Amino acid sequence: MSHVLDVSIQKQFLPQTNSRGGENAAVAPNHHGKGTTSVVPPSPLKTRVLAPEAGLEVKFQAPSGFTIIFGASGAGKTTLLNCVAGLSRPDTGRIVVEDRILFDKERRVSISAAQRRIGYVFQDLALFPHLTSEQNIAYGLAKLDRHEQHSRTQAILESFKISHLRQRKPGDLSGGERQRVALARSLVTDPRALLLDEPLAALDFPTKSRILDDLRLWNEAHRVPILYVTHSRDEVFALGENVLVMEQGRIVEQGSPHQVMTAPRMETVAQLAGFENIFNGVVEAVHEDRGTLTCRVADTNVRLETPLVRAGVGAKLKVGIRAGDILLATAEPREISARNVIPGTVISAERRDMVVVARVRCGEYSATPESAVTPSAALEIEVQLTLAARDSLRLIEGRVVWLVVKTHSCHLIAS
Amino acid sequence: MDWQALTLTLRLATLVSAALLCLGLPIAYWITYSRWRWKFLIEAVVALPLVLPPTVLGFYVLIALGPRSPLGRFWQALTGHTLAFTFEGLLLGSILYSLPFAVQPFAASFAAVDRRLLAASATLGASNWRTFFRIILPLSGAGVLTGVVLSFAHTLGEFGVVLMVGGNIPGVTRTVSIDIYDKVQAVDYASANLTALVLLVISFVALSSVYAINRGVFFLGVNQTRLRGENGGEPRA
Repeated sequence: MSHVLDVSIQKQFLPQTNSRGGENAAVAPNHHGKGTTSVVPPSPLKTRVLAPEAGLEVKFQAPSGFTIIFGASGAGKTTLLNCVAGLSRPDTGRIVVEDRILFDKERRVSISAAQRRIGYVFQDLALFPHLTSEQNIAYGLAKLDRHEQHSRTQAILESFKISHLRQRKPGDLSGGERQRVALARSLVTDPRALLLDEPLAALDFPTKSRILDDLRLWNEAHRVPILYVTHSRDEVFALGENVLVMEQGRIVEQGSPHQVMTAPRMETVAQLAGFENIFNGVVEAVHEDRGTLTCRVADTNVRLETPLVRAGVGAKLKVGIRAGDILLATAEPREISARNVIPGTVISAERRDMVVVARVRCGEYSATPESAVTPSAALEIEVQLTLAARDSLRLIEGRVVWLVVKTHSCHLIAS
Repeated sequence: MDWQALTLTLRLATLVSAALLCLGLPIAYWITYSRWRWKFLIEAVVALPLVLPPTVLGFYVLIALGPRSPLGRFWQALTGHTLAFTFEGLLLGSILYSLPFAVQPFAASFAAVDRRLLAASATLGASNWRTFFRIILPLSGAGVLTGVVLSFAHTLGEFGVVLMVGGNIPGVTRTVSIDIYDKVQAVDYASANLTALVLLVISFVALSSVYAINRGVFFLGVNQTRLRGENGGEPRA
């Protein structure tokens, strides 16, 4: 039997209305909260991440096992899940699970959410606050007889190691415990496909990895398609068999975690990952043997050695460097492993909480004086350092410094 | 003290709140979840008794119950007498008169139920009926009780509609408020005072119990503060 989830849908986003079934209620958290948590100050690029979505247009097949849907807030991930679950209706297209048509615009098929047998773990879990863990889990088993309900509930309580919580209500559970109850509630119904919307986002790493182990075990036993929405790289590599990268309602990349993550990534994803420095770059040389590229930052004479990606000489890329990944030296460092040592001048050093944000102008000094560029074409790079580092380097405006950047701290982003 | 009037009033108020519980829940459900664009018209109709003078409402109910209206004719054919100036007629008028006092708290409490819970219920295979009885209704307990008590208390004190529709027939349509009016007309202030005091006490007890419930003084199946903690994700003390 082919356990495949086949989705090919389009949907225009409409202005919010008070619709039943919670489409907007479920989408809403996507627009708030996230994207504002990073320490990056608001920039013009930032606003694009939170811009209203144009619409959803996706086509993919998810085999049994994990398919990670990776993308920034507002990329349409939750809307996609809502369409598959039947909480939101696409304008056109079809959704098929295991040869069962859930939605087909042309054949006028649209099975209700209650009839789809698709498990859905919501971002905020949506546990029923007035029911105990046991009642929450048994909720989806109403069609079975009492005995069967009981034995299935007990079995899943045990396999998720939450038997001791059966009489507690969600308000009395910790974050990790609620997560397990929510997973158990969806899994106990034996769904034909499972949708997980950032189910572990709020958890600490040890709790997260234990739950991931449980999920993996369940997956091995059941082998249904699992769409797993996340924007955590850790989760992508921990679960990844197949990754879809979504941006502005489209799937922009697809492949194994390694393929997707080493390819130049999309700018919105990079914004999400918090790059303070994003430059336009041109590939000047490809060093297949060394696994690196040489990129020149556009309109400057600053050259960066970056990791190898699928790009040829002359290709235009963006280079992202986190401000915290850059070392700063007041004497020219020699005999150092880092491949990028860029001279520059400090133009400002401001204190923000417990860190100092320095801006360094580079590109005015060049190895050969005749190729020096005009100051307007200089490059400003943001560097973060500690208060102690600032004091010991006596970092003040006008000071000549060298920026040290490791090859693998230069992240390439498709432009 | 006219015990007959008091028991009649209590019987009327109980029947009205029972009827409004059955009638108000579906209306409130429809008002909360319907996506019909003209829904606001129905909402306005339901709220009309809040602002209409009871005599206006009573007048139209009287006309509707009378022998020349289809309803009046139907009732007459069924029972042999008209609805006007009967207990049944009074019951019907009172139900209309107290409708917003039941429907509005019901609808407000339904609307306060997190829609994601309804979505979760649907993905777990629950029908709309099951979602209503297992999720919406238990989470709206306080609002439903408020609506029932308010419609009860409101019916206790009605005067205009009773006078228009029911008249003043002892044991049939003579309620406490009419009784007080009669006593005052007869300058029997002592009896009027006693009856008024009884009505005051009943109404006060009913309303204070509503406010106590809404403040979470009594445990009502769902602890309201805990509920907020769950949905708002606030740390619990």
